[in-house]
Amino acid sequence: MAAELDVAKTIAGARVVDPLGSGTHREVGGPPPVGAEPVRAPAGIVSYEPADLTVCLGAGTTVAELQSALGEHGQECALDPRDDTATVGGTLATGLSGMRRLRVGPVRDQVLEVRMAIADGRLVRGGGPTVKNVTGYDLPRLFVGSLGTVGVATRVILRCRPRPAHISWGSTTDAPEAVAARCFRPSAVVWDGERTRVLTEGHEDDVRATAERVGLHACDAPPLPDGPHRGRASVPVSAVVTLGRMLAGMPDVRWLAEIGVGTIHIAADTQDALQRARDATARAGGWMLREAGARGLDGFGVDLPNADLMARVRDAFDPDAKLAPGRLPFPPPRPEGETG
Amino acid sequence: MHIDLANAVGAERVRSEPLELALYARDAGNARGDAAAVCMAGSAADVIAAVRVAAAHGRPFVARGSGTGIAGGATPTGGSLVIVTTRLNRVLDVDAGARVAWVEPGVLNLDLSRAVRHLGLHYAPDPSSQAACTIGGNVATNAGGPHCLAAGVTSAHVLAIDVVLPDGSEARLGGLAPDAPGYDLRGCFVGSEGTMGIATRIAVRLTPDPPAVRTMLLDFAAIDDAAAAVSGIIAAGVIPAALEMMDAEITRAVEDFVGAGYPRDAAAVLLVEVDGLVDGVLAEVDAVSRIGREHGARSVRVAADEAERALLWKGRKSAFGAIARVAPDYYLHDAVVPRTRLVDVLRRVIAICAEQRLTVMNVFHAGDGNLHPLLAFDAREPGIWPRVKEAGDEILRACVAAGGVLSGEHGIGLEKRDAMPLVFSPDDLDAQARLRDAFDVAGLANPDKVLPAGSRCGELATVPAGTWI
Repeated sequence: MAAELDVAKTIAGARVVDPLGSGTHREVGGPPPVGAEPVRAPAGIVSYEPADLTVCLGAGTTVAELQSALGEHGQECALDPRDDTATVGGTLATGLSGMRRLRVGPVRDQVLEVRMAIADGRLVRGGGPTVKNVTGYDLPRLFVGSLGTVGVATRVILRCRPRPAHISWGSTTDAPEAVAARCFRPSAVVWDGERTRVLTEGHEDDVRATAERVGLHACDAPPLPDGPHRGRASVPVSAVVTLGRMLAGMPDVRWLAEIGVGTIHIAADTQDALQRARDATARAGGWMLREAGARGLDGFGVDLPNADLMARVRDAFDPDAKLAPGRLPFPPPRPEGETG
Repeated sequence: MHIDLANAVGAERVRSEPLELALYARDAGNARGDAAAVCMAGSAADVIAAVRVAAAHGRPFVARGSGTGIAGGATPTGGSLVIVTTRLNRVLDVDAGARVAWVEPGVLNLDLSRAVRHLGLHYAPDPSSQAACTIGGNVATNAGGPHCLAAGVTSAHVLAIDVVLPDGSEARLGGLAPDAPGYDLRGCFVGSEGTMGIATRIAVRLTPDPPAVRTMLLDFAAIDDAAAAVSGIIAAGVIPAALEMMDAEITRAVEDFVGAGYPRDAAAVLLVEVDGLVDGVLAEVDAVSRIGREHGARSVRVAADEAERALLWKGRKSAFGAIARVAPDYYLHDAVVPRTRLVDVLRRVIAICAEQRLTVMNVFHAGDGNLHPLLAFDAREPGIWPRVKEAGDEILRACVAAGGVLSGEHGIGLEKRDAMPLVFSPDDLDAQARLRDAFDVAGLANPDKVLPAGSRCGELATVPAGTWI
């Protein structure tokens, strides 16, 4: 707790705070604040009870270290950042889910309790240590995806799960939605415009039977698209294939769509190409979060929904907007006297 | 306010006769409040209009579904306007491909699953009251149920919520695309017990029916053995779809009530369901059977067909009806402890009830560590209530001492509001109050619930007028 109190004290005394983990998510959303006080959460596993399927750890612990500790007991946590040197706190703050989301759920569903330091230097805790809990307001879900703007997580409790007995990728050229419909509870169904790849986990015989029934050929895990400019598109599940077809015709753009989820990972060689992908995403009814590069493409490409309400929530925890300002695209405060 | 309300929604939708107000003065819990008026909303527009009338008059309001909540969450306090959503009961749209349904808040939980059954889909959260409770109420309490062990509770199944905020403005929280920009306001709203506004439309995730299901009944001669088997199953890496436990008292009561073939001489039974693809299911049946026997199960009965499976579940889901055979009244608790502490806490619960000379029955979601000690009694017995309350408080303290929380699925409402300081510091409660106040600047949405008076820094602690707990 002493290290957490240090974090809180630093925040209380700082004018502008830059919550910092391993730096793997620095370009997600808006840019990190300039000239701000960097603040790091403590690292290390605090307690781990495999039979409870819960683990308590400092938010500065890397995901790699977490998975390694859980792996010794045949367990894992459904956090799967692109780079597993990312910290748990950073992974939660960005809220970016991994490729197995279709089966294991989004990042926000893995968090049971969060203790965070808020702007005035207090440590506040929400959620609870048990796998099921409706005691009080859901501060953990507020934290996930907040990009550090409501507080800096110092200690979290996460849900663990048994590692799958067997897990394998298979590939087919069949249409992605038809493939997805033929699979029961797949871990991932991804499509790049040419091949549909399916990740199946569970009992070895079921994995094999699914591959035979669906017509999958064993393949390697598909790499996430890479390039100097990257984004993550979100569209309704029913629009994923439509958006994929739009992206397929674009030069300098590589993408991978998560069928059944609505996420499309996009990489581009130029900022303009990523801009065109973002425009296409908007036409498909969604938005694209900038993940890396593309300095001109901060945020989501759309205004924050319910911006007034979100600003009130932010102000409730950080009235001076000193925590990670600029990481979420809040509209500038209205000039005094103006209403509306 | 009554005139404005009648003008806004139609006089026929407004109730203010004393008898009607009395009917809506409580939910299925023990707290009684007082309603100023009841609005039987016929549409989302009525709900919005009613909230706007309340906001204009500075009148507190509370949304109400079927009134099955037992934490007093839908109990009107301080002369609230009660806005009843049960007539908003349409399934508006089903997209089987995307596995999403838009529903109105008054749709009954089980009706939703029935409406999509022909598509091979269902709505996963299944509270024991699922034949009576509404999706809107499920959202308010972040409801659970036996099948939430593997599938997750309500929050994991709600994609978007159209709400009317307490100031009368409308908002869509979340959306059909994943990860709406900015804060997860949807996640904040789910489980907020009506204190952040009222849902008018809800987009829920539908779950494909599993190709294979097996339901098992394990019979134990000692309750400790059954609890240890629960830990053994989870520790072995098996997460059943459901893992329910019933103690001797409730097992006998249920068997007398429905004749599901439960062993009347068992100290405890486990009802375990595994589902998925067939080979994995069969392997898990073997694993559960083996682990059960290693922990002293006298028998393991695997339902042979759908009829037998339905009968086993009928036993579990009839538990609260069966109690009437034991005592005329009961008080149902809800708390969660880490799974590894189940044995200790169950022993403590039994001892506490013995000290207070109360009959306790345990029927609960063991796989989650979600206890439901049920105190059966006769309210006509002089001096019984203080004993029931003392036992309940002591059970909560025991659960918290074991690293548990106050509620797993019923909510805090009025019932457990004043116990919140057992698990949260003043700073924690102040942070929660700030989040709530951001949604409800004027403090009109279901006031007096969830957070104890004095939660906000500098706020004076007062007891709300007109509340009887």
